Amino acid sequence: MESGNTILNATSLVNRIRGVKETENLSDIDDYISRLKREKLTKTVVLVGVTTSSVAAGAIETKSAIENYIAERELDIDIVEVGSNGLCSFEPLMDVQIPGKSRIVFRNVKANDVPFILDGTLNNYLPPDNVVGQYRSQLHQPWMGIPFLDEIAFFKGQSRDILALSGIISPASIEEYIAFGGYSAFTMAISRLTLEDVCNTIEKSGLRGRGGGGFNTGQKWKMALAETANQKYFVCNADESDPGAFMHRLMMESNPHQIIEGIAIASYAIGASKAYLYTRNRYSITVQRLENAIQQAYNAGLLGHNILDSGFSLEIILRKGPGAYVCGEETALISSLEGKRGAPTLKPPFPTQKGLFGKPTVVNNVETIANIPLILRKGAENFALKGTEKSKGTKLFSVSGKVNITCLVEVPLGVSISTLVELAQGVPKGRKLKAIQMGGPSGGCTVPEKMNTPIDFETLKAEGLAMGSGGITVLDDTVCIIDTIKFFINFIQYESCGKCIPCREGSRRMYEILESITRRPVNDEGHNTLERFKGIILLESLAEVMRDTSLCGLGQTAPNPVLSALKSFREEFEEHIFDRKCAASVCRNLRTFYIDVDKCTGCSACAKKCPTNAIIGTPRSPYFVVEEKCIGCGVCETTCKFGAVFFK
Amino acid sequence: MNFNIEVNGKTIQVRKGDTILVALFRNGIKVPTLCSMKGLSPTGACRICVVEVEGVSGLVTSCSNVVEDGMKINTHSPRVVKARKTLLELLLSNHPDDCLYCERNGDCELQNLSVELNIRERRISGRKIRHKLDLSSPGVVRDPAKCILCGRCIRVCDEIQSVSTLEFTGRGSKTHVGTTMNRDLNFSTCIACGQCVMVCPTGALHEHSNIDEVQDSISNKSLTTIVQYAPAVTVSLAETFGLKPGKDINGLIVSALRKIGFKYVFDTSFAADLAIMEAATELNERINLGVNLPVLSSCCPAWVRYIEQFYPELLPNLSTTKSPQQIMGAIIKSYFANEAKINHGNIYSVSIMPCLAKKNESQRVEMTSKGVFDVDVVLSTRELVRLIKLNGIDLDNIEPQQADSPFGIRSSAGKLFAASGGTTEGIMRTLHFLRTGKEMTSPKINELRLVTSVKEVSIAMGKELVNVTVVSGLTDIEKLIATVKEGKSNAHFIEVMACSGGCISGGGQPFGAVEKEAKARARSLYEIDDVETIKVAHKNAQVQEIYDKQLEKPGSEKAKKLLHAKYLKGKSLE
Repeated sequence: MESGNTILNATSLVNRIRGVKETENLSDIDDYISRLKREKLTKTVVLVGVTTSSVAAGAIETKSAIENYIAERELDIDIVEVGSNGLCSFEPLMDVQIPGKSRIVFRNVKANDVPFILDGTLNNYLPPDNVVGQYRSQLHQPWMGIPFLDEIAFFKGQSRDILALSGIISPASIEEYIAFGGYSAFTMAISRLTLEDVCNTIEKSGLRGRGGGGFNTGQKWKMALAETANQKYFVCNADESDPGAFMHRLMMESNPHQIIEGIAIASYAIGASKAYLYTRNRYSITVQRLENAIQQAYNAGLLGHNILDSGFSLEIILRKGPGAYVCGEETALISSLEGKRGAPTLKPPFPTQKGLFGKPTVVNNVETIANIPLILRKGAENFALKGTEKSKGTKLFSVSGKVNITCLVEVPLGVSISTLVELAQGVPKGRKLKAIQMGGPSGGCTVPEKMNTPIDFETLKAEGLAMGSGGITVLDDTVCIIDTIKFFINFIQYESCGKCIPCREGSRRMYEILESITRRPVNDEGHNTLERFKGIILLESLAEVMRDTSLCGLGQTAPNPVLSALKSFREEFEEHIFDRKCAASVCRNLRTFYIDVDKCTGCSACAKKCPTNAIIGTPRSPYFVVEEKCIGCGVCETTCKFGAVFFK
Repeated sequence: MNFNIEVNGKTIQVRKGDTILVALFRNGIKVPTLCSMKGLSPTGACRICVVEVEGVSGLVTSCSNVVEDGMKINTHSPRVVKARKTLLELLLSNHPDDCLYCERNGDCELQNLSVELNIRERRISGRKIRHKLDLSSPGVVRDPAKCILCGRCIRVCDEIQSVSTLEFTGRGSKTHVGTTMNRDLNFSTCIACGQCVMVCPTGALHEHSNIDEVQDSISNKSLTTIVQYAPAVTVSLAETFGLKPGKDINGLIVSALRKIGFKYVFDTSFAADLAIMEAATELNERINLGVNLPVLSSCCPAWVRYIEQFYPELLPNLSTTKSPQQIMGAIIKSYFANEAKINHGNIYSVSIMPCLAKKNESQRVEMTSKGVFDVDVVLSTRELVRLIKLNGIDLDNIEPQQADSPFGIRSSAGKLFAASGGTTEGIMRTLHFLRTGKEMTSPKINELRLVTSVKEVSIAMGKELVNVTVVSGLTDIEKLIATVKEGKSNAHFIEVMACSGGCISGGGQPFGAVEKEAKARARSLYEIDDVETIKVAHKNAQVQEIYDKQLEKPGSEKAKKLLHAKYLKGKSLE
């Protein structure tokens, strides 16, 4: 960006926030900032949300459709890639901002919708089906008849601090982040605050680790700060891998600089000159944005040697993990960073004493880190305003499963579970909410009756639930609970590092028990009712031993889904064991097929395909299924051309 | 510093810094363990050693947690016992259950623990995992189905032996112990030292047994079966037969071997004398010429393989002298075959060794002549015990006998090969004679008999000093090799034995022997040396005879052909 003779860039912005007098004209810089914030526009901007989830929904095609649209008509319009505002079900999202007018958000913009929407918008007609709402801004003229975003239930019910800039700014631009106040906390910290000051502020804010354990972050930092060592490390755990959790990925893809700034502050606070950002190789967009962000921060002099002449040096190294669930556990993550097998090691010594390469190390997750710049910028007291007495601040939740809108939301801690379901606009029409699974594979299920439970560390723990990292899966009556926990236990037994017996063997045995419940007896001996019943009793005792003796959190919490399901859905287990029925018809091996006498033409196609010869009859008259022989494979159903086969 | 803790309601005094397990052990309280092992770092993998600590929510592994002042521990509360039992039942749930046929039947830690924890019913049954039996290595067999993933083999391979062939691979219930790229053991970096076998609590690692072959050959009338036994074997068997640990039962073993049906019984210590002659001559030459120093010993096949595998650039330094086993094998099938007028193809040569790497060594191409193996088959000490029991031989009721001539006489220098430092001691005695023309005033070199992993000694030979370094166990070998490679080592001769303590603690020795037994074995060897009249190899009349009759002199062309080998770069790492 040129202005007069000087080039305006991130460095000038950094100088501006630091109050360094440079040759640039101050008003030029302020002008530059307002342009970056899109307060003043000279031409129309189209902003497309490009994140992992929107790419799956077709954002890349949408973007090229927009490019084609502009090129064909030779329009002077900028296209900017932005992140996600959390409305994943509405992706691809497209925002349009015409000079002087408010920025407007469109939903589900498929490639072939682009000409229609843009044609309309550029001519002051908004296609009503696709409009989500408009941004509120004093500087711009609002569109008539279009709701403001902060009036829409989805945004109204949230308290967006960490996500404040997600979906608004370009993740590829450090300038935009700085224009919105970014890196001011870091530059302030390294120029004016001591290490203890930063730790104290964070401790005072009451911020607790968002990774599940809920340990006070400031205290953790102080433990590492108190250690004497010639080298300390800060590690940001960005290896998000709970099934159904996508908070961190969207966050990093939407606003990577907030994470980089958080890491920089945290490293300063504990006296670490090297920080590792451990993410996953598979998260290609995340990796690309983080790499870009780190490079930009280096270029702007915000990372590297003797940052802004403060005497503080920091190197951030991005590590792309091979993708193992257990590497979310801090000691396993450290082993992986060291180049070893990702398996947890014994605690004590804790990483704050002896972590990466034997040096004091603090491991925080992405969300914890994302809070840091905000706390420093707005003050610990401000942070503590939200949340409950012991659980302060806001928390990200990704809500998915059987909901109307799969979304990422940020709410103050202490809101009820039902708030989250309401934000996601509940279960699809005509269905009944059955359960809510919280805290990933090692979390627990809660029933609709407990929906008013406030979400905070203590209450959830007392309820036998876990906050985990914030993945919420909503289950309705089309879901079989046993099938769901079987999925989670299968995940655990597959992802266990295999080091300790309770986790490795225990989870595998649990899976086998659940498998035997969800299948018909293979032969007359094996899986009879008594065996299956004994399996359930065994599940409970195995769960207790796993919790008591496992080496790391993965194994200790692995039995949670089983225990909570046994508590809340015992009838469903009994139904599977004694009646061999799955009410939701999900456990396919428990289905029994029947032939509709009226529809069957007696073609014998199903009987020929049946692997167990369970279908008998004479040609040209209706066939029958012998229940005892049926293994529920469903081949007959797919074979029948007349729709005569059905199951109960 | 000492303080008190409360265990099961009783106050005991413990030392600061001790783990709970050690503290309890010192006070006579036993907690079962599986993965924990003295000398290896604790990993807390098996969780069997859990105890209940007041104020801690979960159970605590005693192997890895340190005692704290005022701790209240319960080692056998119902909760703890239930947890231990369940853990063991989980381990057994997919175990192959073929104990009756297992290599470790009766000698298995898992079996013993099941007895101890009173497991009498299969409460948990799991799907058995099918694993491939790895029979590729002549020395070590791996049966992953029996593996309980305690990780001892991995730790001994990495922490003690610095080889790091084994590591956990796979995830979750598919975790197994494997080598790089899941290669079979013989195609990995394994040096076959057998230390993993010694620490394995189950039958997942065991020697490649050759007992059946040996029995078949003994009963084959057209073959002349000849056996040789290693110096370490005679002092390692006593406790297995209820005798005093370390007692030398040389005569009884010879007698037992004859009873088993071997036609000739030779003592490998004789070949050790020959090895001394060759190695001392070689060393003397290299010192005189000042080339390829320091000379690295070559009598330990695991060490030879280690060098070939990891440091092929040091191969020129390796002594070319074959190991005593192979020297004996070579002369049996040439010199002895001529003397006794037996076709060398009809000789079946067996050797009994405290070692599994010897099984690999005997199968090397370099160890053949005209396509015939110098040594046909190697049995470990453990296999000898089985063979003795199988033949119903009662050691209490047999008379000791002498080994056969012409290879029945040995000097005590040859016998010392069994212990770390012994090889060097034997070579130095002869080297002294070669360099000065005089015998050493006192042949006993006490510094070489210390129980440390690295011994550096300078020995006066006339006016000059010969520096030797003796290493046993490969723990610190990398450092030593670094000094050699940088040219900073002033040693003339470096003796390396892959197993700590030398052959008396080899990978083929009876299970369950600990430091105490190893010390007793070494003591027994030194006692033999004290009372022996022939203390140096060059005074062994039969050794002189073989040189006179066939080999001319040490280091001659003929000797080189028969008693020396060329070692090649290993390919496993490529």
